[in-house]
Amino acid sequence: MTTTKPTMIEFRDVHKYYGDYHALRGISATIRAGEFFSLLGPSGCGKTTLLRTIAGFEGIDTGVVLIDGKDMARVPANERPTNMVFQSYAIFPHMSVEENVGFGLRRDPRSKAEKQAAVEEALSMVGLKGFGKRAAHALSGGQRQRVALARALILKPKVLLLDEPLSALDKKMREHMQVELIKLQRQVGITFVLVTHDQEEALVMSDRIAVMFDGEIAQLADPETLYRRPNSKKVADFIGTMNFIPATVLGDSGGKIEVEAKGLGRVELNAEQCPAGRGDAPMVGLRPETLTLLYPGQTSTERTVAGVIDEVIYFGDMTYYDVYLGGTDVEVRLSMRNVPGRLIMDVGTKVDVAWSPEALVLFR
Amino acid sequence: MKSPGLRAYAIGYLIFLYAPILLLPIFAFNDSKIIAFPLSGFTTQWFVQMWGDAQLWTALKNSMIISGSTSIIATTLGIFAARASTRYTFPAKGGLIGLIMLPLVLPEMIVAMSLLVVFLAISVPLSIFTVILGHVLITTPFSVAILSSAFQSLDNAFEEAAYDLGEGPVATFRLIILPLVMPGIISSLLICFTISLDEFIIAYFLAGADTVLSAYIYGQFRFPAKVPAMLALGTILVLVSVMLLSIAEFFRRRGIAKTGGKDTGGFL
Repeated sequence: MTTTKPTMIEFRDVHKYYGDYHALRGISATIRAGEFFSLLGPSGCGKTTLLRTIAGFEGIDTGVVLIDGKDMARVPANERPTNMVFQSYAIFPHMSVEENVGFGLRRDPRSKAEKQAAVEEALSMVGLKGFGKRAAHALSGGQRQRVALARALILKPKVLLLDEPLSALDKKMREHMQVELIKLQRQVGITFVLVTHDQEEALVMSDRIAVMFDGEIAQLADPETLYRRPNSKKVADFIGTMNFIPATVLGDSGGKIEVEAKGLGRVELNAEQCPAGRGDAPMVGLRPETLTLLYPGQTSTERTVAGVIDEVIYFGDMTYYDVYLGGTDVEVRLSMRNVPGRLIMDVGTKVDVAWSPEALVLFR
Repeated sequence: MKSPGLRAYAIGYLIFLYAPILLLPIFAFNDSKIIAFPLSGFTTQWFVQMWGDAQLWTALKNSMIISGSTSIIATTLGIFAARASTRYTFPAKGGLIGLIMLPLVLPEMIVAMSLLVVFLAISVPLSIFTVILGHVLITTPFSVAILSSAFQSLDNAFEEAAYDLGEGPVATFRLIILPLVMPGIISSLLICFTISLDEFIIAYFLAGADTVLSAYIYGQFRFPAKVPAMLALGTILVLVSVMLLSIAEFFRRRGIAKTGGKDTGGFL
């Protein structure tokens, strides 16, 4: 993480309009060479539009898009050093698998045998060795995706663009392909830019993530920072689950901020736990796994607060508890791993909940 | 289809539609000049007589030239119009497409008369060439309708993928778009051909001294002795038409299956 890689893609104040609709509102960001970068956001946030400006399928109204230091303003899609895996895969249905994979090599001056070898190599890289002669329309969803990957990677692009590549697959296959894509990216070392609306997918796969809302990048950070230190309530809400507790700021001096959180009491927070204010009503955020349910007789070195269990949600590996804190109307959700011998508590049980001030984030 | 009344209606309807066509082959093989029951015996002499009719061959040759040219011209125009209407937005698009489709609902009589007036006014001699112009006008809407559905069911991403993989617009059209809409093109060619071959009013009005098959057949009905031979010809034409339309429908359905689109209903 600490080694700074050279810049591969740079956006400088990119704006894009569809008629009156302002689709991209001043995007400035850099994507580093060899990085697995994700554009994450709800549908309509502009993430696909931004990806398509890299590929050259969408023009921009103002601003600059640079790839490998070169301004892309006058470079058409077919001359950019990028290749794309489409959401629908766009496997040419009238061609065989090897014709699809070899399509981009048509202008390649190499001999037929060399090209054939390149196709074989690309196919074996995505685990489709021996599938070359198959008809494209007879493939399964997972196989189509691999063909699309091989077809894009055979051209050795500087950047591989992936537009929601896993959304058409079922859950098992999706999780399997996530790991395969990470491995593939490490193996080829090409910059991957992934568009996804699935926060879990982005966290699992990316080196860095840009979270987008309404045509703007709300936060750009590595997965851990995004998860632990979201810079706004909106980002915190979009990524994983977070409890929001109303709070009052008591004092703000010398990098220490003192806060009174409803149900939790007074807490002192570090500056890094307090992202820049946005004029919202102050709230502290806590992830469910940072709260621990204390069983009768158990003690904790962390701070504790008394509560009553309001709801129990059993998930197999985990149990979620909704707990009212300290006789208030503040309800938090906490998660406990279901290790052998640990009982599932009943609704209405009075319990103690342990928590630690370091896990808090202040939004204001 | 639960009610017996509806069933009787449906059966009666189908008999009304198709029974006259079934009479064609029956009398084409009947050994009598008089078209009436009872049948007097089996013969193939009407087919032989038809085969020996030199004027008929001229009319057939003219009709083939007309239908062949019409289907190619109308389909070419249809490709441009369908591509423009499905892929691009431009001012007055709805109105322009509406104007192209208008001859579909315009009485052919009006098309034929107005073309005749125009050709006479600018002194274009009437010939099979003028018939081709008239037929292109009425068949282009069919071609646009068929090809629009072919272009519509084509995922935009195919085209983008070809660009993305380094091809220019011309190669993309030739290697990706054309093969994928080819079933639509074939079905358009066949349907335009059939419509042009069957067409009577425009062919009758605009052919001038040239004989066209449909007008020739109509003319022969004035001579009772020639009628059985025309029925023999009609029998052959019915078979050819059914064959061509089946082939067209087969290609249309295969095209939809190939590009993974949904069948929105064709002409058959």
